[in-house]
Amino acid sequence: MSEASSLSQPQAQDICAICLIVRRVFDAVAPIGTVLGVIVLVWYLACIPMNRAWIEDRAGASQTLAELIPAVWQQGSPVLPAPHQVGGALWETTIAEPPLRERRGELRGNPRSLIFHAYQTLAPTLLGFLVGTFAGMALATGIIHSRAMDLSVMPWAIASQMVPILAIAPMVIVVLSSLGVTGLFPKALISSYLSFFPVVVGMVKGLRSPSPMDMDLMRTYSASAAQIFWKLRLPASLPFLFASLKVGIAAALVGAIVAELPTGARFGLGARLLTGSYYSDTLMIWSALFMAAICAALLVGGLGLMERIMLRRMGARA
Amino acid sequence: MTRDRRYLLPGFAAVLVLSAMLLDMRLAGVLALWFTAWALNAWLARNARGAITRFLVPTTFGATLLVLWEITVWTFAVSPVILPAPSVIGARFVADIPILWLDFVQTIIKGALSGLLIGSVLAIATALAIDRSAFLQRGLLPVGNFLAALPIVGTAPILVMWFGFGWQSKAAVVAVMVFFPILVNMVQGLKATDRLSRDLMHTYAASYSQSLLKLRLPAAMPFLFNGLKISSTLALIGAIVAEFFGSPVFGMGFRIKTSFGSFDLDLVWAEVAVAALAGSALYGVIALAERAVTFWHPAQRR
Repeated sequence: MSEASSLSQPQAQDICAICLIVRRVFDAVAPIGTVLGVIVLVWYLACIPMNRAWIEDRAGASQTLAELIPAVWQQGSPVLPAPHQVGGALWETTIAEPPLRERRGELRGNPRSLIFHAYQTLAPTLLGFLVGTFAGMALATGIIHSRAMDLSVMPWAIASQMVPILAIAPMVIVVLSSLGVTGLFPKALISSYLSFFPVVVGMVKGLRSPSPMDMDLMRTYSASAAQIFWKLRLPASLPFLFASLKVGIAAALVGAIVAELPTGARFGLGARLLTGSYYSDTLMIWSALFMAAICAALLVGGLGLMERIMLRRMGARA
Repeated sequence: MTRDRRYLLPGFAAVLVLSAMLLDMRLAGVLALWFTAWALNAWLARNARGAITRFLVPTTFGATLLVLWEITVWTFAVSPVILPAPSVIGARFVADIPILWLDFVQTIIKGALSGLLIGSVLAIATALAIDRSAFLQRGLLPVGNFLAALPIVGTAPILVMWFGFGWQSKAAVVAVMVFFPILVNMVQGLKATDRLSRDLMHTYAASYSQSLLKLRLPAAMPFLFNGLKISSTLALIGAIVAEFFGSPVFGMGFRIKTSFGSFDLDLVWAEVAVAALAGSALYGVIALAERAVTFWHPAQRR
């Protein structure tokens, strides 16, 4: 913290351009780094009381602190694994383990690879997200052009966001599997359902965002409803759309994970969480959790990147 | 042009119903009912004005869906394993009120509400604790935003392992889930005052705590309630999903999970109805509290 304050003095600014860049990067990274550092530190410290009982059970209560501390950070099946243990488990199940492996003469997914499990969850997430997004955009287009649709559907679309829809997710899977539909599609259906309503609500807001002045201008050009839609409403809705897309894709991922829970799925991140919880394998749970976090970060980050590129192409000032 | 358009939709509907008649009379009946109800709704939306329309049109739409659901299930003899009729679900709801109430108390009141309370108190306390450090806030906002987007519900198996099968582990899952959305909103809310108001407090020689209590906390309330509204749904999801990983022999998540096993789907649907009612009620209470607390905010003025 002291470096940051000494660097913000005026004379530091005009030393050189490189210093300026370094300072900017430092200003952006240092607070985040500090917060992350504190989290990791608290995590390591929390390992001591959480794992202590197990160590003392085995080696007797007469452990000195110097003996105890390395032990709690390297325990085989810890109550709370230390960060480096989770990192190690992630490494072993992703980089060190091939996602595909040959079995009975054909190439199949390797159930020991976390990348394979992540794929099993990500594929329905993305498929469902695409379907849900396009359906949501279509409904939003209908809503802004038809008063009857607006009045009938909108209150239900908003109300549906207060309802824990996710609780229905497992049911959909059971119903569909009793109809003989299994595999990718049922999970994708849940993901699409979860990403559908945020997109509807955000997109309606976005399509209505052009000011009355802009709309009047289009009318003085005697633009048709379709022209107004493509040239004014749709471009104006993009920032709103992307905000709800980020919410939608996070919800879609959670939906795909939760859908795997009570139905006894064998592959996927949710199945991995459930298996870990059955066998009390904390490292398996934590690594699946981190994999899910990495997936969510990649999906949301990818959308953010797309948003920046698209808005810049359209001439938005960042 | 407008003359042509007026007949476009009814014509399309008529063609669809007629062609459905060739396939299946029942399908034609369902479609005809749907288009009639939609025409009624469109007529209502065009010709009525004011608060009555705002209430009548969505209600008609919802009622139409329920009636269609009921009729479809009976006429097509849909197996109750796939989709029970609303009347069957309603009857089950009434018949099993003692069970549903037991589950409701366990999952919603003990699990979700206590977790929401713990999580929001912790989040508000954290936001206030780092209020004086702009450095920590700049670090916490992106990290908190990131964590709020993660599938935190995945921590459920870990927390169930730590806190046992009772409601305490559900409250813990809920508290972790709601913590980050509320924290991020509260930190943003505490920054939401404009320079003019802060300068005014400064000219009054207001102390830090005075300007916090009289200016910045009230200004943060709309943000806090926004976070609480997001969290109300999350709380129910967290409490129900956590029960999938272990629970006593009652609770909504437990009931949903075991009723699947016995294909007792009307009970599952009854639980879903309870969850929907509880979710709406919780949201409603938060919205009412918001109206009472932030009566000065432009969004609340009529």
